[in-house]
Amino acid sequence: MRLQYPPDIKIILVPCTGKVDVLHILHAFEKGADGVYAVGCMEGDCHYNSGNLRARKRVEQAQKILDTIGIGGERAQMYNLSSSEGPRFAQFAVEMEERIRKLGPNPIKLAKKKAA
Amino acid sequence: MIVADRKPIEEIIEEVKNHEKILILGCNECVTVCEAGGKKEVGVLASALRMYFLNQGREVKVDEKTLERQCDHEYLEEIRDVMDQYDAVVSLACGVGVQFMAEKYHECPIYPGVDTCFLGATEKRGLWTERCQACGQCILARTGGICPVSRCAKRILNGPCGGSAKGKCEINKEIDCAWELLKALDKLDDYEKIDSIKDWSTDRAGGPRKVVREDVQE
Repeated sequence: MRLQYPPDIKIILVPCTGKVDVLHILHAFEKGADGVYAVGCMEGDCHYNSGNLRARKRVEQAQKILDTIGIGGERAQMYNLSSSEGPRFAQFAVEMEERIRKLGPNPIKLAKKKAA
Repeated sequence: MIVADRKPIEEIIEEVKNHEKILILGCNECVTVCEAGGKKEVGVLASALRMYFLNQGREVKVDEKTLERQCDHEYLEEIRDVMDQYDAVVSLACGVGVQFMAEKYHECPIYPGVDTCFLGATEKRGLWTERCQACGQCILARTGGICPVSRCAKRILNGPCGGSAKGKCEINKEIDCAWELLKALDKLDDYEKIDSIKDWSTDRAGGPRKVVREDVQE
């Protein structure tokens, strides 16, 4: 398909989005990520029954924490698609990139640079 | 086990915001099982606090450690060597651990990171329910294994009250009437047994309690 999507997205492979923990998401922001999103299978289609549902809850937990500490919960998102939907994968990447560009850089990254 | 719930991060931030070197101290026992104060919750809180302070333009040291227990001298001693590195500790142990910690290291402010709720069981992941009020004189042998002290809102010891309807308690339709549960267990005959008055002096009414076992003391 040779689909194009923004190049500044780093993909981290996990066996199932159920592996993604709130700690992984928070640590990514602590290390300076501007946004984090999990892309899981369609709800109801999880090979392990509930991995993508767990991921959604964990993303929501991370969103709440990020809102509380002033980083912005919108920077963490959960998306779902089926494995054959390459164009949707690219669309999510574009969507996420646009969202983050609007929000600006992660304030933690800026604070760290300032402190250094 | 002792069941606790996480405190809102805002509340913890408010308590520790003026400190510079903070230790987040978890407990590997009950609060780990009820997902309120174990190693993972320590990691989440520490990460959130580090980001909060950085975002405020402040350099605050927030370290993480989880002890096997915080209600035993031997485990609390494990941090004696590092305590001078901190000007505050947020303990994610139950109220027992927080107090024991505060007694041992009274020169350092100790803040609770969880709300300790009750003695309960894990019905399923994410659902913990009360089972015991530690009244100090167990009567479960006479109540079919169902505790009217902890599971009856009125702590009634001789059958259901008039507010019980269709097996549910009048204070909340989701709560089973402890005494009607006995009916379901086919233990209705137990209703007929007249018990002597329960000695409530072993309950909280007698003030703070202690268990003394001279046979095992050194």
